[in-house]
Amino acid sequence: MTAINISQPEGGLDGGSPSGIGNVLHVQPLSSQESFSQQQVPMSADKIIEATNVSKWYGTFRALTDVNLTVRKGERIVICGPSGSGKSTLIRCFNRLEAHQEGEITVNGIRLHNKMRNVTEVRKNVGMVFQHFNLFPHMTVLMNCMAGPMWIKDVPEAEAKKTALKFLKRVRIPEQANKYPVQLSGGQQQRVAIARSLCMEPAVMLFDEPTSALDPEMVSEVLETMTSLARDGMTMVCVTHEMGFARAVADRVIFMDLGRIVEEGKPNDFFTNPQHDRTKLFLSQILRH
Amino acid sequence: MLYQDTVESEVLVHKPWFIAAMFAVVLAVFLMVNLTGTTFGELMRPVIGAPMQSGIYGRVAIAFVIAVMFCVNIVLIGFAPLKAQIGIVWIELLALFFSFFKAFNLSMPFIWENLPYLITQGVVTTIYVSAVSLICASLIAIIAAIAKLSSNGFAYAIANFYTSFFRGLPLLMQIYLIYLGLPQLGIVIDAVPSGILALSLCVGAYMTEIFRAGIQSIDRGQWEASRSMGFGFGLTMRRIILPQALPVIIPPMGNTFISMLKDSSLVSVLGVWELTFLARTLGQPTFHHMEMLITASLIYWIMSACLEVGQSRLERHFGRSKVR
Ligand SMILES: Nc1ncnc2c1ncn2[C@@H]1O[C@H](COP(=O)(O)OP(=O)(O)OP(=O)(O)O)[C@@H](O)[C@H]1O
Ligand SMILES: [Mg+2]
Repeated sequence: MTAINISQPEGGLDGGSPSGIGNVLHVQPLSSQESFSQQQVPMSADKIIEATNVSKWYGTFRALTDVNLTVRKGERIVICGPSGSGKSTLIRCFNRLEAHQEGEITVNGIRLHNKMRNVTEVRKNVGMVFQHFNLFPHMTVLMNCMAGPMWIKDVPEAEAKKTALKFLKRVRIPEQANKYPVQLSGGQQQRVAIARSLCMEPAVMLFDEPTSALDPEMVSEVLETMTSLARDGMTMVCVTHEMGFARAVADRVIFMDLGRIVEEGKPNDFFTNPQHDRTKLFLSQILRH
Repeated sequence: MLYQDTVESEVLVHKPWFIAAMFAVVLAVFLMVNLTGTTFGELMRPVIGAPMQSGIYGRVAIAFVIAVMFCVNIVLIGFAPLKAQIGIVWIELLALFFSFFKAFNLSMPFIWENLPYLITQGVVTTIYVSAVSLICASLIAIIAAIAKLSSNGFAYAIANFYTSFFRGLPLLMQIYLIYLGLPQLGIVIDAVPSGILALSLCVGAYMTEIFRAGIQSIDRGQWEASRSMGFGFGLTMRRIILPQALPVIIPPMGNTFISMLKDSSLVSVLGVWELTFLARTLGQPTFHHMEMLITASLIYWIMSACLEVGQSRLERHFGRSKVR
């Protein structure tokens, strides 16, 4: 079992541990992925995100109700659920793109609240990938990746460029570095968006349906990139309807409905033996296709 | 340019029915006006004899010749490539325009004599006033636009009042108010600064709306992405939003600047020695009004053309990420 290597941070890979996963740039077929999702993230690992009794209202509409969720370092969590169940709302609360009204959210040891002055500290450490990529269209791919480190972390230009190229290589599009986002395909754009977030070297990555705006043949290239990230031990919270991905990569699958967490469990249990009727219905609908 | 289809369209001006219709219209128009007394009539003397005595025959002949020249010209231009077409049409319109001014019998020596002073004093002042106003107006506009988009009621109200007031009052009135009204409050400013102030405030109010619309045209996702990476408000505005809003902002901004350049002539009521003021004062004593006014107009035109060139340069610069 390769459990020890998997939860190593990004930097450890360059050290070239011979017993490692091999070439991290290549995703192995699904069957071999089964094994690595079985390993446990120990309960003692640092809590990256801790949400307790979080509730959120849009006006009078209650979008989240008493949500409890802890994400530990190295954990990979997949959130699924029907449309409008509050999945996006929840993960957008984690980097405070949305404000919650009740309960507590602590990210990387910093409590999120209305009056906080150090929200940048949180956002620096939380990467986010959006459904519609949201690349900066007036900047080249390379500049998209360099902007964050240069402007927020005061990294010198040369170093930012090196990091950017490293991560562009990581998502396997180094040759597109000098193009503008409109000149890329959807899948390539999404991979640039992932590289852009990685350049900030975040403690956790949030994905909000990263593949649902893509054509079917581009979905796999993005999923492969995400899978290889997961292999390297990146902490991830991922809203997705790609159940194959959830099965292969997730440590925990969380099912939401009507703003609540209805069920959560290991992917094997979740998919083969769901407890709640709502989950069964959802799974039967989504797996039928 | 509009998004062109890949199928080549037929050339309209080479279709017989179009040429015939064009010919008929031009002929009819020139039959209605009597050109026998003009330079053109003189040119036709070999054909129609003494122009004034030629009567109906002369008028028809002149109209016919003009119509033929017109149609041949247009058909020929139809054969030229795009760039040449643009150039030729421009030059022809310009020539027509100047031949029209010849009819005024302007005294060229008078113009040449006064032109240097008109430029060194008038143009320089006009450019100075306009350029300073342009910069001030842009600064005011960006601040007011952000205030108008902010959730701060105080800032919003001030900005809203400002745009409403300065877009609503005639510019001339604003100039008077600032030059004559402010001294009542104990603030005395010279003519040039008050002119600049009035222009900046007025143009700034128009530009506020342009900036606001430009900023609002940017997708929310850009804000979200910037915020999720930890960019603050100022950084997001400066590096992400404004650069993308500029292609939307620049064309109306060019418009506003060009109209401001000409509105700066209103400052002449304060006795500022800018272009319009000088054109009037130089022309008056010798009754060469038209000479000076036409010269001043042409100078305004040239200055506007420079702004137009600047605008298209900027558009090209900021539009580069749009090319596929
Ligand atoms: N800005 C908003 N104002 C008001 N209501 C909102 C807003 N954003 C989301 N909602 C509501 O909150 C609920 C949860 O929305 P959310 O976007 O989190 O759903 P989701 O689970 O991500 O759905 P999907 O799978 O379609 O993306 C929905 O019922 C939605 O109508
Ligand atoms: Mg969503």
